[in-house]
Amino acid sequence: MTGTEAAALDPRDRGGPAQPLLIVNDLKRHFPIKGGFLNRTVATVQAVDGISFSVMKGETLGIVGESGCGKSTTARLLMRLLEPDGGEVIFDGEPVGPGGMALSEMRRQIQMVFQDSYASLNPRLPIEDSIAFAPAVHGVPKAKARARARDLLAAVGLAPEQFARRYPHELSGGQRQRVNIARALALEPRVIVLDEPVSALDKSVEAQVLNLLVDLKRDFSLTYVFISHDLNVVQFISDRVLVMYLGQVAEVGPVASIYGGPRHPYTRALLASRPSMDPAKRMTEPPLTGDPPNPINPPSGCRFRTRCTFAEEVCAARPPPLAGLVAHDAHLAACHMAAKGSGHSRAPT
Amino acid sequence: MQTATLTERPGTATAPLVSVRDMTVKFVSKDATVHAVNGVTFSLDPGEVLVILGESGSGKSVSLRALMRLLPPRKTQIGGTVQVAGQDVLAMDEAALTDLRGGQVAMIFQEPMTALDPVFTIGQQIAETIIRHEGVSRQAADARALELLELVQIPSAKRRLGNYPHELSGGLRQRAMISIALACRPKLLLADEPTTALDATVQIQILLLLRKLQTELGMGVIFVTHDLGVAGEIADRVAVMYAGRFIESGPVSEVMLRPLHPYTQGLMNSTVHAGLRGTRLAAIPGAPPNLARLPTGCAFAPRCAYAEDVCRSELPTERYPIPEHMARCIRVDG
Repeated sequence: MTGTEAAALDPRDRGGPAQPLLIVNDLKRHFPIKGGFLNRTVATVQAVDGISFSVMKGETLGIVGESGCGKSTTARLLMRLLEPDGGEVIFDGEPVGPGGMALSEMRRQIQMVFQDSYASLNPRLPIEDSIAFAPAVHGVPKAKARARARDLLAAVGLAPEQFARRYPHELSGGQRQRVNIARALALEPRVIVLDEPVSALDKSVEAQVLNLLVDLKRDFSLTYVFISHDLNVVQFISDRVLVMYLGQVAEVGPVASIYGGPRHPYTRALLASRPSMDPAKRMTEPPLTGDPPNPINPPSGCRFRTRCTFAEEVCAARPPPLAGLVAHDAHLAACHMAAKGSGHSRAPT
Repeated sequence: MQTATLTERPGTATAPLVSVRDMTVKFVSKDATVHAVNGVTFSLDPGEVLVILGESGSGKSVSLRALMRLLPPRKTQIGGTVQVAGQDVLAMDEAALTDLRGGQVAMIFQEPMTALDPVFTIGQQIAETIIRHEGVSRQAADARALELLELVQIPSAKRRLGNYPHELSGGLRQRAMISIALACRPKLLLADEPTTALDATVQIQILLLLRKLQTELGMGVIFVTHDLGVAGEIADRVAVMYAGRFIESGPVSEVMLRPLHPYTQGLMNSTVHAGLRGTRLAAIPGAPPNLARLPTGCAFAPRCAYAEDVCRSELPTERYPIPEHMARCIRVDG
């Protein structure tokens, strides 16, 4: 049974298997920087600047990008932990917000796991109480919520009789992240947004948690939005991948297509920056020079042009559209070199 | 002694830059004694790059800090012998240590923001180091600071001298920290995960820069990391650390391509890389041991698929199936 079929059998399903579970349209969030006389706004960080994507039922969308590209802000906008300045989020066909799906209902359906496993747990609550807390708030009787918490602990590989009454500081980082995942499952969500869930873990433990996430997705018919800076991890877990650069989508498409035939020079550089682990294949030149520019004053036109070896006049003049090579292309890139008739000398004719 | 190939190199004309013998580090408090480093022996030649690979709590950073005695003196007990450039580091008084640090031996850290002083400009911080160790004039130090920023390839170096750390991006900050470390032409550079906090495209730039500077300046480097890929890019030799011991060491191509110890093999197999999609990752079960209650015998035995009774009762000796490549595992010949 594929993820999509599993999702279609879900009694909560409204739109059917072809309806994306999440549609994000032109989402924006700018952070003002205050300063100077009368604390006026002196600049704006364009953290997320008009991004659109969709997540199909039962799939894992991986979001990659460097620090400051807006991937965590995107996660927080999805959860409405931050108010967007523009754009909309549509959950299974229903817009989230006034007149549509209530925020409390949306947050029941979308849960989140954060990078810092310690900071996201209450240090004064035994872990089973942390897991049972949200269901109790949402009206599940206490005893029932606690019984379910113990089931979930077992599901994430922590024996309840041994771990249920422990406090977060008594657990290792990997165990705490398992608790966070169990807590995210407590409200039976349909989507889990995972923001760098394995970045703080050791490699041997990272593999355990990734295996667990794959199992849980199958067992609980979940849909994942998986945010990470680690390209190898994203390749392992994702069905589709979205590459962000300075608050915008650089490229999006099926995982095999992105990793096998990246069209955006930024994606190519990111992939080429991965060390190979084979000392005989050492790199001699870095694929990219410089740091990502400051999102306060992003470059005009294509935001990547200041680090791109192929930049031409058109790149500074106009932002490239996010487009495919053929009609209904699942693989889209925002690059003038991939757009017919863009005016770039390397554009397809 | 069995470890002859690792500790002494008869026939090499140059004396080793670093010589560490049976180093132990214990942290003592009222509640517990934590055995962070439990008998580490190695040497480093001038101009050689040793990468110490290990997970959090394996004792890799503590070992590195012990070489410079950067650990809290009241709570720390360091045993064994530690010699750097022919000097006995464990016998040094405070004055001798301050001469050593930043002079012959320099260190770079994971977080440049906490390693740099936020209230001084980059130029001031470089010049301060040079004046302290070489006693030159302010003017000469400033001129050298500019050279150093150019050496680490900071664009518009002259302008950057007047910048405060918070005005620089992560990659530039890391370059600035490297330039301070190189200010007095150290013979030994200690690097504690200097690229871990950086983005992928910046990490490879810094790694290649460090490799270039190391070759040009002929420095010995001890580089601590948890990242196998980083080791593959920069190491001459690799030592894998687990529960405060070197459980495997050897030339980089040997350790990376033909790992001997089940832990090293497990680490390679559990590292996510291309081509694993749709497969189950071969995770190592369990977690590293508590260093306050170290198991007798092989510390990896509780997680090892091949463990036998003897693994749990006796510490495996160092074995050399081929010269220079060592593993502490009873399954290894030699």
